[in-house]
Amino acid sequence: MNKERFGEIDVAETLVRLEGVAKSYRRGNQDIAVLDALNLNIERGDFLALMGPSGSGKSTLLNLVGGLDKPTRGSITVGDARLDQMSGGQLARWRAHHVGFVFQFYNLLGVLSAEKNVEVPLLLTKLSKAQRRKHVATALDVVGLADRARHKPSELSGGQAQRVAIARALVGDPDLLVCDEPTGDLDRSTADEILNLLQVLNRDHGKTIVMVTHDPKAAEAARQTLHLDKGKLVEAQGVAA
Amino acid sequence: MKYLPLVWAALWRRKPRTILTMLSVVVAFLLYGLLTAVNAAFNTGVELSGADRLVTTGKYSITQVLPYGYWQQVKNMDGVEQVTFASWFGGYYQEEFNFFPQFPVDPQSYFDVYSELTIDEDQLRAFVTTRTGAVVSKTLADRYGWSLGDRIPITAGIWPLADGSNSWEFDLVGIFDTRDPAARSQHEYMLMQHEYFDEARQFGQGTVGWFISQIRDPEQAGQIAQAIDAQFANSPNETRSDTEKAFNQSFLKQMGDIGLIIQSILGAVFFTLLFLTGNTMMQSVRERIGELAVLKTIGFSGGSLLMIVLAEALLLTLMAALIGLGLAAFLLPGLAENMPGFSGLALDLEAWITALLLALLLALIVGLPPALRAQRLSIVDALSEHA
Ligand SMILES: Nc1ncnc2c1ncn2[C@@H]1O[C@H](COP(=O)(O)OP(=O)(O)OP(=O)(O)O)[C@@H](O)[C@H]1O
Ligand SMILES: [Mg+2]
Repeated sequence: MNKERFGEIDVAETLVRLEGVAKSYRRGNQDIAVLDALNLNIERGDFLALMGPSGSGKSTLLNLVGGLDKPTRGSITVGDARLDQMSGGQLARWRAHHVGFVFQFYNLLGVLSAEKNVEVPLLLTKLSKAQRRKHVATALDVVGLADRARHKPSELSGGQAQRVAIARALVGDPDLLVCDEPTGDLDRSTADEILNLLQVLNRDHGKTIVMVTHDPKAAEAARQTLHLDKGKLVEAQGVAA
Repeated sequence: MKYLPLVWAALWRRKPRTILTMLSVVVAFLLYGLLTAVNAAFNTGVELSGADRLVTTGKYSITQVLPYGYWQQVKNMDGVEQVTFASWFGGYYQEEFNFFPQFPVDPQSYFDVYSELTIDEDQLRAFVTTRTGAVVSKTLADRYGWSLGDRIPITAGIWPLADGSNSWEFDLVGIFDTRDPAARSQHEYMLMQHEYFDEARQFGQGTVGWFISQIRDPEQAGQIAQAIDAQFANSPNETRSDTEKAFNQSFLKQMGDIGLIIQSILGAVFFTLLFLTGNTMMQSVRERIGELAVLKTIGFSGGSLLMIVLAEALLLTLMAALIGLGLAAFLLPGLAENMPGFSGLALDLEAWITALLLALLLALIVGLPPALRAQRLSIVDALSEHA
C-alpha cells in the first residue's frame, strides 16, 4: 500500500473523492440526467455496498469510480489521480494499474484457461513470463482455485468462474476493487462464499471495495451501505458493520 | 509479441469457421501460385528472346510456307550475319498427348544461330551427317528416358511420308541443352534434318516454315526487317519479319492474352475472398464485443485492441497464403514434368513477395473495419448491452 502518495495532505484515509459529480446520457436530442451533484468520499480500506432501485444510477456511479467513464461535471479523485481530467488513453493506463473489476457475469475470455484469464492484465505490465506466472499462482491461491488453473471457463461452476474473475481483478495488486452485482448470478451459498472472499480481501489484504448489489444480505457483508435513488445518495438506515 | 496467445486463441474461437475460411484463402493462393508460374513460363519466352534475331514468316500467318530459295537471298541482305530456318512438323510420339514440337532444320546453321544451345561437337557432326538423325533437348530425353542410338517413332500430323504412311522414325544422335537453365522451357523440342524431311515427305517439297536471321546490330533490326520484307514484296510469297521478341509476343497473343485471363481469374477469386474473410472477421469481432470490452476495462488501449484484431486477420491470411503457396511450389515440379514447354515451372521470389503483399493487403482490407470497431468500442455501452 502506497501511503506516502498522500504525503502531508490530510486525506490519508480518503481513497476516492467525488465532488459535484453529474452524469447525463444523450439519447436522441434529449439529455437524460442519471447522477446529479453527487458528493462521496470513500476511505481507504472501506468496503462499501451501493444499493438502490434498478435504473437509479448504481452502475453509472461505479463506472465513474472505476475510470470506465467520465463525468459530465464535477471532479473524481482516486488516490492522486484526477480521473475527470484524464484522456481515454490515460484512463486505460490508470485502470491497468490501480483498479480491479468484477462483474455479474464474470466476463472471462471463453477461449482462455483460468490461469490465462488471470494473466491477461499482467500482459500490460513489464513483468517477465516467470514473474507473471508467479503472480497468477498467488492470485489463484488467494481465491482458492489453484487446482482449477488449467480449466476453461465453460468447465467451471458460476462460483468458480467468479473466483477466477476476482483473481483477475486482484492480480495486478490494485488498491481498489469495483464489483457490479458480483453475486447477482449465484445461488445463496455460493454468493456467501464470494462475499466471504471479498471480506477477506478487504480485511486481510487491505483492498478498498465498492460493490453494487440488489441483495440486502450481500450488503451486510460490507462495512457500510449507501442507497442511491434517482441519482442521489441517501444514507442507509440501520446498516452497520 | 506478448499478445500473441490472445490473438491465437481468438483466431480459433470457432474452429470450423476459421478452418473453412482459411481453406478458401489457401485455395486462392494455390491458384495464384500455379497461374503465376504458368504466366511467368509464357513470358520467359518473350524475355529471353534474342535481341539480335529476326524471324521471317509468311505475311499473313506463320502457317504459310516459304520457298527454300529465300534462304540464300536473306543471307545476302545487308546487316544479316547468318540465317537458319525451321519448319513445323506437328507430330507426336506414341500417344497424342505426348506432344512436343519437332522442327526439321538445317543442323549446322541452326546451332550457329541459336548460340544459347549447347551440344557436343561429335553429336552435332553426327546430326549433320546422319540422314535420319535427330537431336532432342535434355529435358525431353530425361522425360522419355531416351539415350543416344534410340530409334524414335514420330507419328506425323501434317506431313505423311511419300507412301502415305504417317509413321516416321528418327535415330537419336544427339542431346542438346541450354547454357542458362532458365531458358530450358524455350528449347524443349526435337530437331531433324530438313534435307531428309524434304525428300521423304509426300508434298511440300522445296518449302520451309520460317527463317531466323542473326543480325549484326540490334539497333538496325527495324530497317533490316523492312528490307527483307521489301525484297519479297509482290512475290507470290510475301513475308513479314519481326524481332524474335515481337514474334514471340504475337505468338502468345494468338493464344489469347494469357496475362489478362490469369489476372481476371485471380481478380474474381480475390474479390470473392474479400467478402468471405471480411464476413468471418466481422462476425468474429461482433461475437466478442463483450470480451473486447473486458480487455478495454482491464486497461488495454484502443490502439492495442486495433492491433490485436488486425493481427488476427493477418495471422489468418498469412498462414493460409503460405500454405497455399507452399502447396503450389510443391505441385509445380510435378505439373512441369507433364507439360512440355513448361519445364522451368516454378515460383520465383517476386511471385512469393507479391503473394505475401497480397495477403497483407487482404488482411488490412478485411481486418481494418472490425479493428476500428474494436478500437472505438465504448466499454460502458458494450458492457450494458452484454449484461
Ligand atoms: N450508455 C448509456 N446510454 C444511455 N443511457 C444509459 C447508459 N447507461 C445507463 N443509462 C441510463 O442511465 C440510467 C441508470 O443506469 P444504471 O445502469 O446506472 O442503473 P443501475 O442502477 O445500475 O440499474 P440496474 O440495477 O438495473 O443495474 C438508466 O436509466 C439507464 O437507462
Ligand atoms: Mg447496474
